[in-house]
Amino acid sequence: MRTRVIRSAEWAYPVRPVRREVLGARPEGEEQRPPVLFVPGFGHGAWAFAENWLEHTAARGFPAYAMSLRGHGSSGTAPGTTLRAYTHDVVQVAAGLPRQAVLVGHGAAGLVVAQALARYPARAGVLLAPVLGGWRDGLAAFGAALARNPVGTLPAVVGGPLRLRRGQLFSRELPSNVADGYAQRLGPAARRAQWQLLLRREPEAPVGDPPVLVVGSPDDRIVSRPALERAARRYGGAPLLFPGMGHDLMLDARWPEPIDAILDWLDKRS
Amino acid sequence: MTDLGFDAAAAATLWANGRPVYDRGENVCVIGAGASGLVAMKNLKEHGFGVDCFERETGVGGGWNWRHDRSPVYGSAHLISSKPFTQFPDFPMPDSWPDYPHHSQLLAYLERYADHFELRPHIWFGTEVVRVEPAEDGHWDVTTKGAHGGTERTARYAALVIANGHNWSPKWPQYEGLSEYSGQVMHASAYKDPAQLRGRRVLVVGAGNTGCDIAVEAAQNAARCWHSTRRGYWYAPKYALGRPADQVNDLAHLLRLPLWLRQWLFHRVLRMTVGDLPRFGLPKPDHKVYETHPIANSQLVYYVGHGGLTPVGDVVRFHRGSVELAGGRRILPDLVIFATGYLPTFEFLAPDVLGVDTAGRPRLHLHMFARRYPTLAVAGLLQPDSGIFSLVHWQTVVFARWLRLRELAPERAAGFWARTSGAAERTWTDAKVKDSTRHWFEVSHIVYLRALEKTVREVAV
Repeated sequence: MRTRVIRSAEWAYPVRPVRREVLGARPEGEEQRPPVLFVPGFGHGAWAFAENWLEHTAARGFPAYAMSLRGHGSSGTAPGTTLRAYTHDVVQVAAGLPRQAVLVGHGAAGLVVAQALARYPARAGVLLAPVLGGWRDGLAAFGAALARNPVGTLPAVVGGPLRLRRGQLFSRELPSNVADGYAQRLGPAARRAQWQLLLRREPEAPVGDPPVLVVGSPDDRIVSRPALERAARRYGGAPLLFPGMGHDLMLDARWPEPIDAILDWLDKRS
Repeated sequence: MTDLGFDAAAAATLWANGRPVYDRGENVCVIGAGASGLVAMKNLKEHGFGVDCFERETGVGGGWNWRHDRSPVYGSAHLISSKPFTQFPDFPMPDSWPDYPHHSQLLAYLERYADHFELRPHIWFGTEVVRVEPAEDGHWDVTTKGAHGGTERTARYAALVIANGHNWSPKWPQYEGLSEYSGQVMHASAYKDPAQLRGRRVLVVGAGNTGCDIAVEAAQNAARCWHSTRRGYWYAPKYALGRPADQVNDLAHLLRLPLWLRQWLFHRVLRMTVGDLPRFGLPKPDHKVYETHPIANSQLVYYVGHGGLTPVGDVVRFHRGSVELAGGRRILPDLVIFATGYLPTFEFLAPDVLGVDTAGRPRLHLHMFARRYPTLAVAGLLQPDSGIFSLVHWQTVVFARWLRLRELAPERAAGFWARTSGAAERTWTDAKVKDSTRHWFEVSHIVYLRALEKTVREVAV
């Protein structure tokens, strides 16, 4: 990818600021490890990471943060939200952390983080079950969602909100009352951003050449295994797979396994 | 954490002129920890280089740090470019800050930048560079000493970035009779606070952004204020059409409008928002917009309209108790402030290294590459029509990639260097810029960034 220097459109039209929800968990004792910023995907808020991973990450010595994209969780809303606005939110939070951060994006926020990596020199990037969009993967994920949950998916065709069901996000190991509780907390993403997910161009190359890890599950009902492999190949690696888990790796029954693997990977690299 | 290697155990392996030279191997030396030095360090680190930075002050921020004795900032100084044009491209300023941050916010921003990218461990604070000499093999011998005394020591580096700033060495104008003048005379660099103006009869000389800011403060605080300018200027408001004016201006770039059309539009907008300057008693600009360094000041014309500020022409000479203006008119100020700018100064370097000509002007390609020294870059020697940080960011990305290219692809590097060292002199402005002692490093941010974009792709490994 060619380096882009001139961004007249962005300079002439800065993204409208909103209030952003950022939750944090600080490790005890002296901080040596880099901060980790978790970015939940479409429909999810910071709560999705605060549930399990945030404290777990801090307990392993990493200052941990989870944010909500605009229009999600307790973050503010702004009209005309686009993928660029989401990317702006991530870069703003990352640059506000005391030290160079690791960015972790889940689902469609995998694409948001991939774009943020081109705008902020992160220490490392982790894409969790990423929906990197584009017509092929986007349509495949959309088709799978349509087959499984036509009532929740069809409105998205005409620009309505996409509603996901627990069967699409979690494995059967997660008790159904817990899974339903999570599914009820999901909200809609911005309409324009949903469309951009299908129509988007390749994200720009990351700045500062950070290592990028792709994590997912072969049994994910939204992101297929070939899509995970393609995503990982883009960053010169193979995906780290956790069979038997659903799309929401951070909420599913066996949530400690992927986060421990990610933190081990970070430890090994520093 | 880098081991800086200057401890007693580090043995000097080289000698030059009978003095030990500490070999710092492939490390790069950065002179100055202001905005340009910080971004140079960060980008060199990001490309895998070890860096040592020497800073004569005890903190980062250079001229933006008001605690530093050479800092030119005054209490009320705000940015004149809005945030999108001011911030580093990969480290945005907080959304919660205003369009035009205050200088203390800018210092906080630079301090946060230094902490975020862990640059401070690489900086030798309170250490002044006294001499820089080219050594064999493209290396550089950098001699430093404590800013408050101490012994000199010399270290050898594989490459060098000069980021010593160009807004700290005041430029004093010459006038007949100035030495006999009985009033107080100061350079704008000594102006800090409106209390210095209260109740005084003030003459401000110079229509740079600083001169205009001080004239406005004098209009608010002094008993009387004259503002002397060499010619008529365009005073661009900070907001046009309800948005920061530079963002509106770049909209015209986005639409790729030609220069003449942008100038026509700009004139129309100024005419509608600021008005007819001669009606205010201000001289009519003798040039089009974009032909002088832009002045962003919404208040100057406003205060002229309120009588607090009297625009006058050039100063001809000083008398014991008065100042004579062009046309023979005399005024009686008791304080004269010269907002006449600063001169780039490289006192630690032999002039021929940068190819400095008789007019004191370095001959640099892209305002950064010394044509005879591929391992030397000057960072931030620019007078852009917009914020400077993003320009220096890309300058230093170019330099870091260039150093990598030399190492990994010597043939391509040789080709690039042949083009660079032989490149014809040129300017990077939109319109032909009127003559001044600084016009030679005036750049248009779009024209210059396009050139850097092309170069950064050329030197990509």
